[in-house]
Amino acid sequence: MRSPEKGARAHRAGAVPYLFLAPAMALFALFMALPIGYTIYLSLRRTKVSGLGLGKGARTEVFAGLANYAAAVGDGELWAGWLRVLGYGALVLVLMLGLALVFALMLDAAHVRLARLTRISIFLPYAVPGVAATLMWGFLYLPSLSPFGEHPFLSAGLVTFSMANVAVWGGTGFNMLVLYTNLRAVPREYYEAARIDGASELDIALRIKIPILVPSIILTTVFSVIATVQVFTEPTTLRPLTNTISSTWSPLMKVYRDAFVTGDLYSAAATSMVIAGISLVLSFGFLRIVKNRAFGEG
Amino acid sequence: MTATALPRGRGHARPAPRRPLGVVPTGVLVLGAIYTLFPVSWVVVAATKSKAELFSTSTFAPGTGLLSNLGDLFAYRDGVFWLWLLNTLLYAGGGAVLSTAVSTVSGYALATYDFPGRNLIFNLLIGGILVPSVVLAIPQYLLFSKAGLADTYWSVLLPQILHPYSIYLARIYARAAIPGSLLEAGRLDGAGEWRLFRQVALPMMTPGMVTIFLFQFVAIWNNFLLPFIMLGDDHRFPLTVGLYTLLAAGANQPSLYNLILTGTMLSLVPLIALFLTMQRYWRTDLSGGAVKS
Repeated sequence: MRSPEKGARAHRAGAVPYLFLAPAMALFALFMALPIGYTIYLSLRRTKVSGLGLGKGARTEVFAGLANYAAAVGDGELWAGWLRVLGYGALVLVLMLGLALVFALMLDAAHVRLARLTRISIFLPYAVPGVAATLMWGFLYLPSLSPFGEHPFLSAGLVTFSMANVAVWGGTGFNMLVLYTNLRAVPREYYEAARIDGASELDIALRIKIPILVPSIILTTVFSVIATVQVFTEPTTLRPLTNTISSTWSPLMKVYRDAFVTGDLYSAAATSMVIAGISLVLSFGFLRIVKNRAFGEG
Repeated sequence: MTATALPRGRGHARPAPRRPLGVVPTGVLVLGAIYTLFPVSWVVVAATKSKAELFSTSTFAPGTGLLSNLGDLFAYRDGVFWLWLLNTLLYAGGGAVLSTAVSTVSGYALATYDFPGRNLIFNLLIGGILVPSVVLAIPQYLLFSKAGLADTYWSVLLPQILHPYSIYLARIYARAAIPGSLLEAGRLDGAGEWRLFRQVALPMMTPGMVTIFLFQFVAIWNNFLLPFIMLGDDHRFPLTVGLYTLLAAGANQPSLYNLILTGTMLSLVPLIALFLTMQRYWRTDLSGGAVKS
């Protein structure tokens, strides 16, 4: 990225840039910094009940140290949720990004027909809310309505795959478009030169196009990891149609239940900080690994 | 075509000479399109079926119940479905307008001025991309409750105005689209900073703003978690939360399936219409360009 300090565009204008940034900074303070600070504060507190817990003043809030975190980390229910989301997330990431890459390469292939029509069709689910997508597939999975016949799509054994299918359906087109627009920015002369050297279309895809796409693939993977770790809408929407999804199926659902159903805000706050920590570690960890692999020489 | 919406000065604008049909790429893409269009076409057909037809007629046979389904849906709880649709428009439209304005002015400032703390402010704002929504939504709800604003339109509208990724896009776009020399020339002519922004920068940033608006509009339209947590009164629900409650109420009553399917079908119409009319503005290469630099 060009540094403004060196470029001609740099301009010192006193308070002006701060005024331009004031709305964003105010919103950041109110709707990001303050809630995060409040979550950290809550995660370190607990309710102290004195006597029978009746009457005013019987329940007071006291400092709890890291007790809520210890409870959150030691909670088997949460780990069971992590395991489910890990399996679901691995399925979604591999299938969604794999399909997105294949479709992007096909769209960019030399002899493709119907490219415009199929591109719009595959991108279309981006415009469908997760709730609506889950409802559509949910009804398609219902044995009484399903055109696929009486398959147990919502059984305990298959529900993770069925849910992953909804996410893959909804997310492939967007990721495809990110990768495809990146490919379109590559000068066609590269490919012409490779063809003259005798490279096949497959060689060009594997040896030129995919390496060019590596940074975009990393970016889409990181965003997809963040999204899958926080999966909430799909399992919540599918729950009414089956009894195979518990109210704590995913970590985020457990946080919701702790905060609003059980009413234990303190442990919900600690759990959500643990989720935040894990998604940060996952995304930065992934970035580190692929950076060492892909740009090791750099 | 999306990628050629703006002249890019690269060699790929030339149409390729006609070559034989690529069976493999075309076949793979057609299969992909069938996969994505299948559930949408199914729900459109299912919404035309009456209660009896839904369980008896073959899957893709159109039914005769569309008008009565629509009537039932609009009569449901005194027409609350209409209200959900209007609420969603308000949240998504209002939120996207405000978000685009904030992102544009922030991205412009970050791209064109040199000032102490610029990188710190940028990194702070961008760091928001990585914050899980749940870490925000629950304390936001608690803070709104303390302010007496939970379960109001504000509680859904305000938290969605700041959007780190849009600020990031606006900054990239401002860098690429606004020549610094033009701003300098304006300054030499005595234009004030606000006037430079309004009359020089803003027209140049318009295509990028349309993209940011569209992405924000869809993001707010599709959001479920925040309104689900914030709202209790179903008169303020957006469509997503409304459809969810419809399902939660009707999952065990096959007699309500028509209502849910018709509601789902209708909820797709506005966004797909927007999507098809505005599709040349979906320019994800705003981000693609950023990845390379």
